[in-house]
Amino acid sequence: MAVYQHDVLVVGAGLAGMRATLAAQEAGADVAMITKVHPVRSHSNAAQGGINAALESRGDNWDDHAYNTVKGSDYLGDQDAIEIMCQEAGPAVVELEHMGVVFNRDENGRLGTRHFGGQEVARTFFVADITGQALLHALYEQIMKYNPRVYEEWFVTSLVIEDGKCCGVVALELMTGQIHLIKAKAVILATGGTGRCFEPSTNGLVVTADGQGLAYQVGVPLMDMEMVQYHPTTLKGNGVLMTEGARGEGGYLLNSEGERFMKTYAPNMMELASRDVVSRSEQTEINEGRGIDGCVLLDLRHLGRELIETKLAYINEVAMDFANVNLAEEPCPIRPGNHYEMGGIKTDVHGVTSMPGLYAAGECANVSVHGGNRLGANSLLDTVVFGKRAGIHAADYSRQIEQINVPDSIVSLDEGRIKSFFDKKDNTDTPATIRLAMGQAMNEGVAVFRDEAGMQAAYKTILELKDRYKRLGVHDSGKIFNTNLLFAFELGFMLDTAETICVSALARKESRGAHYRTDMPDRDDENWMKHILVQNTGEDLPTVDFSPVTVTRWEPQIRSY
Amino acid sequence: MKVKLDVGRFNPESEGDKSFRQEFDLEVEEYYTVLDALMQVRDYEDPSLAMRCSCRASICGSCAMKINGTSGLGCNTKIVDVIKKDGTVKVDPAGNLPVVKDLVVDMEPFWSKVREIKPFLQTKGPEPQDEYIAPQQAMLDLVKPVGCIMCGACVSDCTVLEVDSNFIGPAALAKASRFIDDPRDEMNAERFAQLNQYTGVWDCTRCMACVEVCPKGVAPMDRIMTIRDQIINAGIKNTNGARHAEGFASIVKRYGTLDETQLVIKTFGVLNPIVALKNIKALFGLLPVAYRALRKNKLPPVFHHKIAGVSYIKNIFKKLGA
Ligand SMILES: Cc1cc2nc3c(=O)[nH]c(=O)nc-3n(C[C@H](O)[C@H](O)[C@H](O)COP(=O)(O)OP(=O)(O)OC[C@H]3O[C@@H](n4cnc5c(N)ncnc54)[C@H](O)[C@@H]3O)c2cc1C
Ligand code: SF4
Ligand code: SF4
Ligand code: FES
Repeated sequence: MAVYQHDVLVVGAGLAGMRATLAAQEAGADVAMITKVHPVRSHSNAAQGGINAALESRGDNWDDHAYNTVKGSDYLGDQDAIEIMCQEAGPAVVELEHMGVVFNRDENGRLGTRHFGGQEVARTFFVADITGQALLHALYEQIMKYNPRVYEEWFVTSLVIEDGKCCGVVALELMTGQIHLIKAKAVILATGGTGRCFEPSTNGLVVTADGQGLAYQVGVPLMDMEMVQYHPTTLKGNGVLMTEGARGEGGYLLNSEGERFMKTYAPNMMELASRDVVSRSEQTEINEGRGIDGCVLLDLRHLGRELIETKLAYINEVAMDFANVNLAEEPCPIRPGNHYEMGGIKTDVHGVTSMPGLYAAGECANVSVHGGNRLGANSLLDTVVFGKRAGIHAADYSRQIEQINVPDSIVSLDEGRIKSFFDKKDNTDTPATIRLAMGQAMNEGVAVFRDEAGMQAAYKTILELKDRYKRLGVHDSGKIFNTNLLFAFELGFMLDTAETICVSALARKESRGAHYRTDMPDRDDENWMKHILVQNTGEDLPTVDFSPVTVTRWEPQIRSY
Repeated sequence: MKVKLDVGRFNPESEGDKSFRQEFDLEVEEYYTVLDALMQVRDYEDPSLAMRCSCRASICGSCAMKINGTSGLGCNTKIVDVIKKDGTVKVDPAGNLPVVKDLVVDMEPFWSKVREIKPFLQTKGPEPQDEYIAPQQAMLDLVKPVGCIMCGACVSDCTVLEVDSNFIGPAALAKASRFIDDPRDEMNAERFAQLNQYTGVWDCTRCMACVEVCPKGVAPMDRIMTIRDQIINAGIKNTNGARHAEGFASIVKRYGTLDETQLVIKTFGVLNPIVALKNIKALFGLLPVAYRALRKNKLPPVFHHKIAGVSYIKNIFKKLGA
């Protein structure tokens, strides 16, 4: 069996993963990156709107960005982490510019900005409406330049734990169907979000909560998983996103009566209030009969064809392809849709988790900078700032320890799992049917508005599906590019993660950020200014624990926009 | 809506090295894309059907394939737009790349060509403290080529790659143009020298296929033509392509029409022994063409005559400053 070994192994090649890889390499580590899709197919691609930073060199200040982020988080974000992110934002964006990102400029050739939700100051840097793609390709250009080893189209099936430390991964090579052991002194999870636990979602088909599932399996706590963001402007059919940049550029939200209904809910910030606020307002309009076919309207006509075709060209294309709407000519039906997981693997500000040798960064991690609600354009920032920090710290850590010896036979565990999937091929159930049932249950019970009964019902469904999953078989027995097998593994991660979301949501007995309970509509700072930790201790059901929120300068206040 | 998906398949494990076709009769929604239909097959009928897809929103570049013989993205091609009268849609793996299984091709030849052009920003001297200052319009103009999602649809349909796999191809050249036109990049001389070689910009036959199939409006051929101009303007003339273009222009300027015989002489540098020696093979390669032309009475006259209004043509050249 081939032996693969590195100082640092980064799982995931989205923005967080590639940033971590480059940082670890620069810090002198032998680093490799492993990814189930080619790096530029990662879902960071889909980010449209932009990346936030308060550039001090132009008179903005990071304090204000930090305050907006704290308020946006509904005071659940850890303020020390938020301060670090906002302080490092400016240099991070300049660094990306130096790598070659073609950020939009102002008339003087300096970086230009656009407005984004939850902030009075325009501090979102962008590349038309393809910011994520532009960033992802720029980072991949750096990967091609510095050339670390990339295990491309390799799927991590489990983490290797010896002596209480993470010391590698087991992975399935898609092209050959072979199972491999890759040893590493440090492993960084940068596997992205949980979108596919819901149906529909703005997230791509590959966003299947693998990292959360991997960490959960080995007993690392997931934090604040109930904080699931519903984006205010998504297309009805397939859930594809229409960027917040559309409202940042001046777009309106209208109800069936042609009214800009946000004036009732957020008279100051209007369409640019925080996402949780806008999504709830839309859902209220729809529920009270002022929607159209379960949607409200995004109206950009007054922005003019030229602006739409230069700064919002991609969403214009998407609206045309998927909704048959030309944004310059007619308003587009949109509704709140599953979009982002604020919660994730609990880490400190260096990406360190509770398991020695295991790090996490990007959407799969929870530092926590987004708390109960992430501000638009703060996530790309999170990926590059904390990706880099995790890369540096892991490189450092790897210098201080010896590789723990792992027997090659460890792969037989996952080989056994594969064999057992093949053995159950007479069961006619498929990953697709179970996933769909899970997605619909989650979208029903753990969405914009929640209550005890609805969440219980979703959880009950998830437990039933987990039971069905135990009997799931894989029908394609081929070795080469067996996606049937891949989906079976992914489904396991998603079901575990969906369970943690339900358990966390049921545990929080208040409304905060994205977690809005119609049966407990108030925020309760006295009892619930705390994080919820869900952990797998090897029992049937996960355990729930709590940890304090770090407050540095901003005491909780009433949140209005 | 009913549709018959006619899929070109290949599975080296179970079917050996032969490809085969398989039809799937499906009931699909009006708004379905080709990718939606393929996923319906894979998820509910034949789990062994292999394909790549990630974003399902035309941004990740995973799902390039041939649809009714023309390359495009499965995820932004709607069934209703491509269904044939007999109710079928034909799907095949992307071309000009080795097939691994069904619709999955080996992208390594694609990426190795991208790597060849040194696909990263290269500057000289120290980085500025803040961002590079760059003209607003220049950065806006870069949005289109930066929007290339590396899907390979252009490569899949490139007519030159079909006959000469050494050609660096439309995607890599479009990527190169993204750096050439970037005011921050300072390696244009080196980039031009490389792209001027055999396999570079002069190999394109301007068939337009890449422009037509590109889902992102990158228009690789237009960028290749721009690079050609840039190379000539940079004063690099030492190539068949550059000599071809220059010779073409000078002959038309002199005679008012093209003289193919002279063009061959100018292109292959027949009057310069060193260049001619290098091109000897290509020159001999032209002999059968000349012979066939002779037999069909189409050989260009050895002594070319000026056309009547050639002075007007000279005036056009003058106005253009050429
Ligand atoms: C439509 C959309 C628009 C958005 N717009 C914005 C925006 O404008 N601004 C903003 O700040 N944020 C935005 N976001 C959020 C932001 O894009 C994401 O949170 C962020 O890009 C996540 O990056 P990541 O690196 O953590 O994960 P990803 O980019 O999702 O990368 C995950 C990586 O992990 C790999 N991987 C996963 N599982 C495995 C496994 N088991 N084995 C091996 N590899 C694995 C994948 O191959 C992939 O390379 C948007 C999100 C969406 C969906
Ligand atoms: S125009 Fe040139 S690059 Fe484009 S497909 Fe035709 S030959 Fe290939
Ligand atoms: S140029 Fe167009 S067709 Fe070619 S790889 Fe890029 S996006 Fe695809
Ligand atoms: S699935 Fe991403 S481009 Fe088609």
